[in-house]
Amino acid sequence: MGKYLLRRLAINVILVALAASLAYMLAATTMNPRATYQGRQPPIPEAVIDQTLDAYNLNDKTPVLQRYATWASGVITGDFGKTWNGGSVNAEMGRRIFVSLRLLLIGTVLGFAVGVALGAVSAVRQYKLSDRLIGVSSFVIMAIPVFVLATLLAIATYNLNRGLGFTLIEYTGEYNPRLSGWDQFLNRLNHLILPTISLSLGSIAFYSRIQRNMMLDVLGQDFVRTAMAKGLRRRTALTKHALRTALIPSATYFAFAFGTMFTGAIFTEKIFAWHGMGAWLVDAINAQDVNSVAAVTFFTAICVLFAAFLSDLLVAALDPRVRVS
Amino acid sequence: MSILEVKDLTVTFPGGIQAVRGVSYEVERGEVLGIVGESGSGKSVTSLAIMGLLHRNAVVSGSVKLHGRELIGMKEDELIKVRGKSISMIFQDPLSAFTPVYTIGDQIAEAVRVHQKMNKDKAAKRAVELLDLVGIPHPDVRAKAFPHEFSGGMRQRAMIAMAIANDPDLLICDEPTTALDVTIQAQVLEVLKTAQQETGAGIVMITHDLGVIAGMADRVLVMYAGRPVEQGSVDDIYYRPRMPYTMGLLASIPRIDGEEGALVPIEGNPPSPASLPPGCPFAPRCPMKVDLCDEEEPPLVPFGGERHVACIRAQEIEHKGLTGADVFPVPMIPPSDVVRVPRAERPTVLELNDMIRHYPLMKGAVFKRRVGTVHAVDGISFDIAEGETLALVGESGCGKTTTLQQIMQLAPPQGGRVVVLGKDSAEIDSATRRALRRDVQIVFQDPMAALDPRMPVGDIIAEPLRAHGRKNVQARVAELLDLVGLAPEHAERYPQQFSGGQRQRIGIARALALEPKLVVLDEPVSALDVSIQAGVINLLEELKNTLGLSYLFVAHDLAVVRHLADRVAVMYLGKIAEIGTVENVYDHPAHPYTQALLSAIPLPDPELERSRKRILLEGDLPSPADPPSGCRFRTRCPKFARLSEAERRRCVDEEPSVARLANTVDHGAACHYAEEIEVITASDDQEEK
Repeated sequence: MGKYLLRRLAINVILVALAASLAYMLAATTMNPRATYQGRQPPIPEAVIDQTLDAYNLNDKTPVLQRYATWASGVITGDFGKTWNGGSVNAEMGRRIFVSLRLLLIGTVLGFAVGVALGAVSAVRQYKLSDRLIGVSSFVIMAIPVFVLATLLAIATYNLNRGLGFTLIEYTGEYNPRLSGWDQFLNRLNHLILPTISLSLGSIAFYSRIQRNMMLDVLGQDFVRTAMAKGLRRRTALTKHALRTALIPSATYFAFAFGTMFTGAIFTEKIFAWHGMGAWLVDAINAQDVNSVAAVTFFTAICVLFAAFLSDLLVAALDPRVRVS
Repeated sequence: MSILEVKDLTVTFPGGIQAVRGVSYEVERGEVLGIVGESGSGKSVTSLAIMGLLHRNAVVSGSVKLHGRELIGMKEDELIKVRGKSISMIFQDPLSAFTPVYTIGDQIAEAVRVHQKMNKDKAAKRAVELLDLVGIPHPDVRAKAFPHEFSGGMRQRAMIAMAIANDPDLLICDEPTTALDVTIQAQVLEVLKTAQQETGAGIVMITHDLGVIAGMADRVLVMYAGRPVEQGSVDDIYYRPRMPYTMGLLASIPRIDGEEGALVPIEGNPPSPASLPPGCPFAPRCPMKVDLCDEEEPPLVPFGGERHVACIRAQEIEHKGLTGADVFPVPMIPPSDVVRVPRAERPTVLELNDMIRHYPLMKGAVFKRRVGTVHAVDGISFDIAEGETLALVGESGCGKTTTLQQIMQLAPPQGGRVVVLGKDSAEIDSATRRALRRDVQIVFQDPMAALDPRMPVGDIIAEPLRAHGRKNVQARVAELLDLVGLAPEHAERYPQQFSGGQRQRIGIARALALEPKLVVLDEPVSALDVSIQAGVINLLEELKNTLGLSYLFVAHDLAVVRHLADRVAVMYLGKIAEIGTVENVYDHPAHPYTQALLSAIPLPDPELERSRKRILLEGDLPSPADPPSGCRFRTRCPKFARLSEAERRRCVDEEPSVARLANTVDHGAACHYAEEIEVITASDDQEEK
């Protein structure tokens, strides 16, 4: 097992290096950080611009391979370079990862749990009213782009708050910096409500459809009948035997969603003004910020490969048939 | 007093489809009731209805009383106290009947804990005891294994252990041995008998295998189209059937101790429950049908003593003492011209010489590496003369299918030689190989899977013709359909519009399209019902005789083999254990494995079954990746156990090769201590005493 993990780690390192290098090359050849300094009033002398860009390793007058070498040697030592205006990419990334994590962890896990439960219920009541209702709602939600959904939610909350005359649910930002201690914690939670709903609704709709199919496959199988023939209640047989077995394929989807969640919520982060990884990618592209884009891509590559690994582990944990001895 | 009383049970599925139409029976303590019927006769649905396990949209009416308590309409809270406690059920396919993600031990312990107040450790201990009771070696270790780590026979034992966990009063066994090999079937039936002795339970045994019922049941219920058509003691049903369907069913089974000649098929197919004929549902297939049969469905009426018959001509059958062979028309099969020439003078169609096929055993998902070799076929030799049928028999995993594939590939084997129609497969070029494919055709086991569902039957049959460049195939297709007993207008239809037997006929027509010389039959009748099977076997025999074909016939049903084959080769773990003419091998088997195999087959004859002595084999087939040294059968050999230490050495060290037995022309066995025994006729003698 240890040997297998090591070998897998080695492959993953190569893959991450490859993905990040390609992303850097693409960003460095197409983006133009110089443009953000040019055309200012008062104009900045070219020598000063060159000097600044050189300091940030962003100067397009330096050959791209040379810039790449500087960048790569930095990355190897754990330094992702400077942002377009001289800030530290490392510091920015450290802060934003935790913002995203806070926002997305709850949303992803909640979306999976509720989606699986609804899917299972839907399958057990196939063609009944509740099944149709869940089915239609899922498709409606899946058909609405997340930026429309999030905006609608924000507008509805705004009107609700206005109608009530006080702010029941926060609809923008991460927290109120004026509060402290326990109050701030509650305020942070309050700020989480809307983005979490907007994030999880989509996953709930998605997982409920997947889980319904998986569950239907399992429901007709003999072992569910055996479980009931033993004297188990239908409900127990369905949860302990059918749902447990039907979870295995969904776990793969979950693992990938979990791994990619850090950069997967661009719209939600932008609309609710959360400064997470997804929002950063968009901001960085707008700001011609080569080093930040490369850093986000690097991080995403790690997340995807981690997700693949997590999905293998999850499936092995859930399904004794695939365990390697 | 009876444990279970079923009265007038009916099951209706949505769309008004009546799967069960009025079933009544009783089971007493310690009694075994056999329910026989073909697929679709409603026998499994009946038992699921009793357990209350049918899908919710099925409407169940009538009465099921367990110890006088009504089960139909019982609330779930009450019903769960009965299920698994008073009534247990054993299902057909034990792989899908166990939840794949829990260990066998946990699943049995769960059954214990549902009904008995017991802590987890105690329940786990009880599970191990139960596994021990059903004869699973090292039960404490095996309890921690998952279902996929058990072999088929072991899983069925575990299933029985689970069913008897709460000492039930009634066991319902739904085709408990259908998915198993004969030697394993014999073991499992033995375990079932032990379980019954242990619990004193009544057993309802549902099966289509009349041999299994003959040995197990006290009383038999025959079902047809959702209704019982005859009911009585096992002797009455087998020796004095009074309903033409039962008579036909008994006459249509090929018997391992039976005589030569055509089997008696029942024409037609069982009716679909959605469109039952008016009057007696069996009337359209019944040779004794009179006009009155179409008017009203005959009720199941008492007929002398304990038995019940649903036939208006039962009295007449009784009076005249008719049997299936008298009533049902026996088809005439023209004799073959080829076989008049002695075997030695006929050309050889297929010759295998020391053929080897090994597979690498790989491990690892990302980086595959070879960890061993599966010795699938390890040096087998046989030949088939023109106009001859050679049967390859053996349990699953013995290498039958691999042998077939190797022959059909017409590619050079890994070792040894494959000579088809005088051409060595290692020496031919691709054009010759392509031409040779015309002469070697195959009929597959599962007629459902072997025909493309989106292709009309005419195209399916024409495909090999077109592949070999024939134009204007219509006339040939019509001719072929006619040859296999279908009508030329069937060419327009799709496979799903045909029954299993008809589909297999289509498969045969396709194989015959190119006028092959050798036809390979891979379990051609094992997926078919008994009454249908007889018709297909007769067809195969007739085609062989009229067209001068040679067959290589792979089967696990030794009774069918006896009927169809001229010579038989018994395989064990990639080797031939015994080979010879059917008469020699069946009547005087010399290899201990053949003897065990033959003795394990249940005979559809209650008296013979009761008096028979079985040679039971222990354990499962060893893994072909790690075959035992010397004689491969020695680990399970009953003879090896009786040998002296010095004699055993030879079995361990020296691998026996097939040696011709003294005083015979065509009979060889691969055993150092081969000794001919009469396995089947021996029981005949006992009966006479």
